[in-house]
Amino acid sequence: MNPHRRHPFIFSSAMLVYVFLYAPIVVLILFSFNASRANVTFEGFVPSFSDKVVMDGSLVLSSPCGPFHWFCELAKDKDVAEAAGNTLTIAIISTLVSSVIGTMAALSLQRYEFKLKPFSQLSLYIPIVIPEIVMGIGILTLFSQLFGVINSSLGLTGDSRLSMGLGTVIVSHIAFSVPFVTLVVQARLQGFDKSYEEAAMDLGANEWTTFRRVTLPMILPGVLSGALLAFTLSLDDFVITFFTNGPGSTTLPIYVYGLLRRIITPQVNALSTVWILTVFSVVLILQWLQNREAKQH
Amino acid sequence: MTAEFAVELQDVVKRFITPEGNALNAVDHVTMQIKNGEFFSMLGSSGCGKTTSLRMIAGFEWPTEGEVYIEGKAMGHTPPFQRKVNTVFQSYALFQHLTVFQNIAFGLEMEGAQKDEIEKRVKHVLEMVQLTGMERRKPKQLSGGQQQRIAVARALVKVPDVLLLDEPLGALDLKLRKDMQLELKALQQQLGITFVYVTHDQEEAMTMSDRIAVMSKGKVQQMGTPVEIYERPANRFVADFIGDSNFFEGRIKSLSKNEAVVFIPDLKAEVTGIPVSQGLVTGEEITVSIRPEKVLISEKPMNQNTFRGRVTNTVYIGTDTHVYVDLMGKRVKVFEQNRISRLDPGSFYTVGQDVTLVMMPENVLVLKKE
Repeated sequence: MNPHRRHPFIFSSAMLVYVFLYAPIVVLILFSFNASRANVTFEGFVPSFSDKVVMDGSLVLSSPCGPFHWFCELAKDKDVAEAAGNTLTIAIISTLVSSVIGTMAALSLQRYEFKLKPFSQLSLYIPIVIPEIVMGIGILTLFSQLFGVINSSLGLTGDSRLSMGLGTVIVSHIAFSVPFVTLVVQARLQGFDKSYEEAAMDLGANEWTTFRRVTLPMILPGVLSGALLAFTLSLDDFVITFFTNGPGSTTLPIYVYGLLRRIITPQVNALSTVWILTVFSVVLILQWLQNREAKQH
Repeated sequence: MTAEFAVELQDVVKRFITPEGNALNAVDHVTMQIKNGEFFSMLGSSGCGKTTSLRMIAGFEWPTEGEVYIEGKAMGHTPPFQRKVNTVFQSYALFQHLTVFQNIAFGLEMEGAQKDEIEKRVKHVLEMVQLTGMERRKPKQLSGGQQQRIAVARALVKVPDVLLLDEPLGALDLKLRKDMQLELKALQQQLGITFVYVTHDQEEAMTMSDRIAVMSKGKVQQMGTPVEIYERPANRFVADFIGDSNFFEGRIKSLSKNEAVVFIPDLKAEVTGIPVSQGLVTGEEITVSIRPEKVLISEKPMNQNTFRGRVTNTVYIGTDTHVYVDLMGKRVKVFEQNRISRLDPGSFYTVGQDVTLVMMPENVLVLKKE
C-alpha cells in the first residue's frame, strides 16, 4: 500500500479548515456589492443604469458606479479618508520607532551581562500576556494623570493643554510593539556568531560601521519580520487605541466600530474589502521579495 | 618594522569570572616574544589559553594584567580596528551577505582605498590563493577549502604586520588540511609576514612552525623550535603532550660533570650515562622519559641499559608497528618503523616472546618533578 496515499479524512478536514478560515472573508467581500442597504440579506449586485444614485427605501436601484456603488460612497467619505490616514500615520511611526528600540533591546540583551537582565527579559512578556484592556486602561490612567499634573503645574489652558490624540496613540502602540520586535530579533540573533562582528572590526571597521555594514544586514530579515509584525499589530489594534485616542485621532478600527453602532451599510464591507486586499497584497509582495532574496543565496 | 619583536606579551593575565562566581586565569602570567617574520604557533588542548592569548593580540580581549606589544608599541585598550594585525577565524566569519570580492574589498574600503586600487589588490590576492574568477560568488557557494582561502585572502589583502590564525584548518578534512599546511607555510615564507598560529594539532604545529609555545592551564610550558620541543621537552606535560613517551619514576643515584646515573625502582635497574644539564642533585626524585621510537628491540641480551621483557601486543599501523612490552609489570611502548615488508606474519614479534629493550642513554631524558 502506498503510504503517501491521501486519506479522505485528511482531505476533508483540510477543506473544512479552509472553509472556516475563508468563508467569512468571501461573504464579507460579496456583501460589499450588495444592493440592499440593510446588509442582512444579499439582494443582488447594484445595477448601473443612470448617472444618478437611485434608491428605493432600502434598495439601491441604480448607481453610476454599478456594483462598485459602495466603494464609490466610501471614496466620497471624508471621515474614512481621515481615519485611514491616521491609521497609516500611527502604524508607520510606531513601526519605525519600535523596530529601532526593539532591535537595540534585542542586541543589548544578547550582548551584555547586567544585573537586571533576567528582569528585563521577563518584562518583555508582560505586555504580551496581560489582557489588552488592562494595558489600555493602564495607559489611559497614566496619560490622564500625567497630563493633569503637567497642565495644572504649567498653567496650560485651551488648545495648548496636553490631551489625548495621535501622540498618545502612537506612544501606546510603540509600547506594545517593542516586545514583539525584540523577541523576533532575539530569535534571529540566536546563533549569530560574534566572530562576524569581530572580523569586521579586525578589518578596520569601527563599531558603528560594523553595525551598519555587517550586523544590520545579517539580522535584517529578523528586523523586517519584527517590523511587519509591529505594523500589522498597529494597523488592527482596537482596544488600546480605543482608550488612548482623542479628537482627530480616529483610526479605521475605531471608525468601523462607530459605524456599526449606527447603521451597518455595505460601505463597511467595502471598507473591509479594500483593507483585506491591501494587507493581502503587501504580504504577497513581501513574500515575493523574500523568495527573491532566498534565491540569491 | 623597526621593533625587534613583532608581538610581545609581557606577564599577561586574563581573568574570567566563571558562572559560579570564581575567578579563573584563562591566561596566567604569559610572557612571549614573537620575532618579525616568524611562523609562531601556540599549541595546546582546548582551554589552555591559546585562543584567549591570540584574541588579546587581535584586540578582542584586553589583558587583566600585563601588556601586549605589537611592533614595540604597547596596545593597552587599543580597539581591533586600530591594530595592524588581521585575523583568520576558525569559522572563517566570511560575510554571507557579501560576495567574495566584497568580502576581500571590505578591509580596503575601511582604509579608504580608491576603487581601482581595491580591484587591483583583490585580484592580486585572489591570484595568491589561486581563486581567480570567484569574485562574484557568495561564500556559501564555495567549498570549505575555498572559503578558508578567501578568509586568508581577506586578511592578507590588508598587508598586516602580523597575521593571526585561529585553528584555520580545523574544519577541513585530513588530506586538504595537509595541503593547506604546506601552502600556508609557503605563503608565509614568500610574504615574510609574521604568522601567529593557534592549533591543538601537534603535527600541524610541527609541520609549519619556526617556533612553538606549548601551553597548558593558561601557562606556557615550553617555547622552542619543533626539534627542541620534541627532543628536549621541558617537563613531563610537554613530553606527554607532544608525541608519545614512556615514563618511569626514578631517583638520581650519582652525578658526574654532565652525566647521571638514575635508579628506576619499578625496573629494579639503573640507567647510566644520561646526559643532563645543571640543576639536579644526587638523590633527587625525577621522571625519566624515552620516546617509543627510540627504544630498540634486540634479540640477544646486551650488558648496559638493557632490560628483559615480554611482548604483550603488536599493532600494525602502516608506517610503524607498535610493540607493547611488559617490563616487570610496566608496559613500555616501542615503535618500530616498517622498513621491511610485513606481509610475512613471521616478521612480527609474537605475543609472549622474550625480548631485550635497549635504551641508549643519549635518548633518555631526565625531567624534574613539578
